[in-house]
Amino acid sequence: MWWPVYADGAEPMTPAPVLPENALLVLGCPEVPVQQALALHISYHLHRHGTEVLAAGNPAVLNLLKVSDPEKRYFPEMLVLETCIGEIVEKRRDAELCIVFAHSDAGISYAATMRHLLPAARLVVVIFGKDPEPLSAAAAFPCEKIVEKAVHNPVQLKRKINEAFGWAA
Amino acid sequence: MGCIENLPYEMILPLGASFKECREYVEKNFTEFWYVDPGYKLFDEYIIGLPPIALGIDGARIVFPYTKPCHGTYLLAVVDDGEAARVRKTARKKKFPEVKW
Repeated sequence: MWWPVYADGAEPMTPAPVLPENALLVLGCPEVPVQQALALHISYHLHRHGTEVLAAGNPAVLNLLKVSDPEKRYFPEMLVLETCIGEIVEKRRDAELCIVFAHSDAGISYAATMRHLLPAARLVVVIFGKDPEPLSAAAAFPCEKIVEKAVHNPVQLKRKINEAFGWAA
Repeated sequence: MGCIENLPYEMILPLGASFKECREYVEKNFTEFWYVDPGYKLFDEYIIGLPPIALGIDGARIVFPYTKPCHGTYLLAVVDDGEAARVRKTARKKKFPEVKW
């Protein structure tokens, strides 16, 4: 497994016990630019703590990530969303942590689906875009929500994500 | 839209319908409707959404929500005797049976 090294040269420490062994990142349509940047950011931190990350999304968003990660350091495994859902339904795949990016009603629908299919997982829904509050209200199912108005600038949302996971900035 | 795109479907509610709107439309406009949960397979596709998901049936015509990440949710209708029979056999009448979070 690829193991990242921090920019300061430090090796990662023993994985924190609260962090999961595996995580599923569910990505929405790539029309909102902050999503891909934050997906890479999250994957970097999860890998740093020894969590295996699977990214699931439509072919467009997966292609963007492939271009950004040519050596597959951040996303060694990717799946088309429909295939991923099928594998979860058929109990061939599980996740301890599921992070869903949602900037539309469709994103909330996918988050609700993951809540239903992965009842034991920690579900974190990152709700963003031009008008995230109505989407947050629509996510009326048990989950952790990280909500921020964000389209091009990921900084505030990154800060909230770091807080939620206990990561240093 | 995958396999469903290749079916002769009729669009009942266009792109941009919320999942709640789709459910309410089915409950209001169909005398026969059934409920399923996310992950239910219909026309060889996994249906996603907020449970419970309402499916309307009128004879052999099945009305169901279909969501794609880039497009949002549509409410579609497809005529299929076999699938209609399967829905009647495998879906439930009760709205909130045992949704376990």
